[in-house]
Amino acid sequence: MQPEEQTITLDGQKIPFQPGQTIMDAALAAKIYIPHLCYHPEFKPHGSCRLCTVMVNGRYESACTMPAAAGQEILNNTKELNENRRALTQMLFVEGNHICPGCPKTGNCQLQAVAYYVGMLSSHYQHFYPYRDLDPSHPDYVIDFNRCILCELCVRASRDVDKKNIFAISGRGIKAHLIINSPSGKLEDTDFAVGDKAAFVCPVGAILRKRTRYTTPIGERLYDQQSIRIVGDSQQLHAGATKYGRK
Amino acid sequence: MAANKIRVATTSLAGCFGCHMSFLDIDERLLELLEHIEFDRTPLTDIKHCGPCDIGLIEGGVCNAENVHVLKEFRKNCKILIAMGACAFNGGVPALRNHYSLKECLEESYLNGVGVVNPLIPNDPEIPLLLNKVHPIHEIVKIDYFLPGCPPSGDAIWTFLNELLAGQEISLPYQAIHYD
Repeated sequence: MQPEEQTITLDGQKIPFQPGQTIMDAALAAKIYIPHLCYHPEFKPHGSCRLCTVMVNGRYESACTMPAAAGQEILNNTKELNENRRALTQMLFVEGNHICPGCPKTGNCQLQAVAYYVGMLSSHYQHFYPYRDLDPSHPDYVIDFNRCILCELCVRASRDVDKKNIFAISGRGIKAHLIINSPSGKLEDTDFAVGDKAAFVCPVGAILRKRTRYTTPIGERLYDQQSIRIVGDSQQLHAGATKYGRK
Repeated sequence: MAANKIRVATTSLAGCFGCHMSFLDIDERLLELLEHIEFDRTPLTDIKHCGPCDIGLIEGGVCNAENVHVLKEFRKNCKILIAMGACAFNGGVPALRNHYSLKECLEESYLNGVGVVNPLIPNDPEIPLLLNKVHPIHEIVKIDYFLPGCPPSGDAIWTFLNELLAGQEISLPYQAIHYD
């Protein structure tokens, strides 16, 4: 006998889930968008960006780490939650140096796409304009630390898939920053390579392939015409795709 | 001065005038717009100081002392102040100099840069003093509306102004809001 299908209720809609799935997994399977930046279905969830925060039975939980359980009443696309998400996105913008007109990732950037989704029209807070370096040492990739949002996807991809341990987050709180594990601290002195998973997972313009960055004109890029709610994450499309000039 | 017309002032602070060029991209609709508005201070009229206005459109961030004075003059005189474009929004490309000290910037531009002849840092009293950092305008004065884009398209500016003039809630299509 088939066990009865278990469901959660997301914004009033009943959706099924498999045992072991998180709320995010179940929502994605049901094609329901929950905003996120540090989540990627191929990696262990991290729960750090807090954009996927939903209300589960009256409590705030991150959808990417919270296991789905039968009978959960979940609120996702509400005014209050989206306003919180907008404030978080604005904080991410002012904490780094995100100058979209000067970034090759513009139009394909998930931070930008989430900001469009939550209706961010200004950065609201005072900008930090931190001093962060650029590492162009690698022959095929450039690392722009100005745009790093500490999602740790490159850390997870390098460690768990590439088995290389090239990236890490060092420091705490506002001093947390991405570092590269080599004696010089430069990417050229690591075994980072073009085919690495870590080369495809950056949701923003912090890890960029050289010489391929303007192959798709601005205005024709992934998020220029359609919302991330509809077209999904850019980094998953990039893995093995040619459309966005990545391979 | 027609009493029933909406008075509009515009200025470009630390910007490239791209937003003003985009404003002109509303093309012949500008004539239609002029039936409802009249310009106060703007590069189009060459009026040097802003009088009492209904709407002020600000392009660019704030990079020098004069920008601060102009922005405060606009805030004092305009009922509704609008940040137009990426530089007003977060400093934009001029804010890329925020990585460096002002001294480093001036030395690179006027003393050590490629092809510099007669190296000398300009020091004429008529030149506005540069601020240490470039700032978005919301850090200086209260802003009522933001229209991002580098630049926002002529259509976006047209729709924005029309809905504002009609007293409607402003709602632009997804494609009209972009940061690049």
